[in-house]
Amino acid sequence: MPPTEQTKISKEVLFDLHRRMVRIRLLEEAAGQLASEAKIPGFIHLYVGEEAVASGGCVALKDEDQISSTHRGHGHLVAKGGQFKPMMAEFMGKATGYCKGKGGSMHISDLDLGMLGANGIVGAGVPIAVGAAFANKYKNNGLVTMAFFGDGSTNIGAFHEGANMACALHLPIVFMCENNEYAEYTARDRVMAITDVADRAAAYGMPGVIVDGMDVVAVYEAARVAVERARNGEGPSMIECKTYRFYDHAGVSGLGRTYRSDEEVKEWMERDPIKLFEAQLAKAKVMNEEQAKEIHAEIQAEIDEAIEFAENSPMPDPAVDMLTDVYTEAS
Amino acid sequence: MAETEERIIRYNDAFKETLAELLRDDPDVFIAGEDVGRYGGVFQSFAGLNAEFGDERVVDTPIAEQAIIGLGIGAAAVGLRPIVDLMFMDFVMVAMDQIANQAAKMKYMFGGKATLPLTITTTGGAGLGAAAQHSQSLEAWLVHVPGLKVVFPSNPYDLKGLLVSCVRDDNPTIFTLHKAMLGSQGHVPEGLYEIPLGEARVVREGSDATVVAIGRMVSEAEKAAAALAEEGIEIEIIDPRTLMPFDIETVIKSAKKTNRIVIVHEAVRHGGIGAEIAAQIQEEAFDYLDAPIGRIAAPFAPVPFSPSLERAYVPDAASIIQGVKDALHRNG
Repeated sequence: MPPTEQTKISKEVLFDLHRRMVRIRLLEEAAGQLASEAKIPGFIHLYVGEEAVASGGCVALKDEDQISSTHRGHGHLVAKGGQFKPMMAEFMGKATGYCKGKGGSMHISDLDLGMLGANGIVGAGVPIAVGAAFANKYKNNGLVTMAFFGDGSTNIGAFHEGANMACALHLPIVFMCENNEYAEYTARDRVMAITDVADRAAAYGMPGVIVDGMDVVAVYEAARVAVERARNGEGPSMIECKTYRFYDHAGVSGLGRTYRSDEEVKEWMERDPIKLFEAQLAKAKVMNEEQAKEIHAEIQAEIDEAIEFAENSPMPDPAVDMLTDVYTEAS
Repeated sequence: MAETEERIIRYNDAFKETLAELLRDDPDVFIAGEDVGRYGGVFQSFAGLNAEFGDERVVDTPIAEQAIIGLGIGAAAVGLRPIVDLMFMDFVMVAMDQIANQAAKMKYMFGGKATLPLTITTTGGAGLGAAAQHSQSLEAWLVHVPGLKVVFPSNPYDLKGLLVSCVRDDNPTIFTLHKAMLGSQGHVPEGLYEIPLGEARVVREGSDATVVAIGRMVSEAEKAAAALAEEGIEIEIIDPRTLMPFDIETVIKSAKKTNRIVIVHEAVRHGGIGAEIAAQIQEEAFDYLDAPIGRIAAPFAPVPFSPSLERAYVPDAASIIQGVKDALHRNG
């Protein structure tokens, strides 16, 4: 971390960035373990490796601001303030989960936190984020919406429609691209003729910047600029975070695959965003190794408690819960 | 509701007037869609609204149906009451992910937390020579998706009351104008009033057979009823008005009374809403039926362009008369 940035960013924010990343990492590792033990049913898309993006982005937001998410949404919800107990319960399909067991990992959300939903359809969160941003402008409430999406979703129509509409209507939104180089199991260069997603920003009439998505401070700095721009009524921006998925698109494996090499995975794991940041914090004498360990242990204890809570929670009752919340009943 | 003197206005004007009244009534209501702003809509259904309410509340959008619906979803999820327009019902398919995977499911998937007071307005139906991609009635696609409400007004009075109910409803609703009825006229009171979603209207009472008619087919059924009455056949006509929720009770009551049912809709017969209605009737009133339930609907082909083909494609009074007679000639 360059010395100038140390002076710009408060210790409080640095700790916040670190804490959110560790919260995501430890939750994801625990969820992966539980999935491999078949205690979590269905598909699971882990955020491990990409923690700096959600954390850097969300620390730049106010609590009341909104985010949209993707199928890889656990990290976004944690970064936006999501609590472990209802998350873990939701992963396990329990009635005490954020979605009462009806959404699961892929649809995890808490609208009260301004989290507009993890989404099973690639790119589909983008137009919804545009709608929230429209409402913020309409109400003149000074809030900003941040749309998280992957490199793969910039190839789908909904993304293009949303990006164009947001720029045409000059909405307070930040387009936050997690370019992890793979659209599911297909390398970016096999399905895109450009290297940088940020190149697309100009086509919509918004600035696009590229940041190191493994450097949480870089992400935070770029997000802060874009959020401020949106809040000031200066319109949308795009940030492309170059990041990497340590595990596969789905599940808890990552090595020995045909679509990417183990060497590549290991190279990226050398640039683990949490390890990098902890090394920077230690070097800058903001947080030493011992303090970092304590934070990990404290968060791990909270996760263990959440697992116990989730395991002891009841399943939804088909006789009672199947047909509730299909519609909003008239009050 | 204020029933003053008869005020006869056009179906299209009833739509526009209702929108204006809703915009005046609730600052959280806004309208967005293709050409709805400065131009006033391709059918002038939104004429003058942008001038009165401004670009902020009557919003011209790009030609981007997914983003138009997404705009409505996101805005509704954070507290507004959007009306978003899909110029033609056929464009529902372009936006189907946002409608069926997003809007319809958000509440359920999120454990009840999402409230989506979203109204999607559109124009369905054939009769204008608009051919296969601008003439469809896609209600069967929509009623298959839990979470949506699907509304088909058949006259200006219902149009207003149903539109008000859609906009004030806290669920995603799809409100379908019939583009061949825009110039039709009827009594519409000034001011806002609601017609509950899920309440059918008995358009005409009769004892010989029941015709369940959807959208523009209601007026064709009325023509058929007049002709049949001259032959001494009295049909009961039921206009469901909303296809989800569907007022099956009113239909069952009528089935138990007339014992013969004909369902008429503009959409393709195979897999159409008529099949669902027929299935529900036989589940609830099998022992009362004296004839197989008739379905008068479009043949299994896209909507054709040529006037000669289109006329033959869309059910009309003559085909309804034939359907009723077929039902009457069967002895149970």
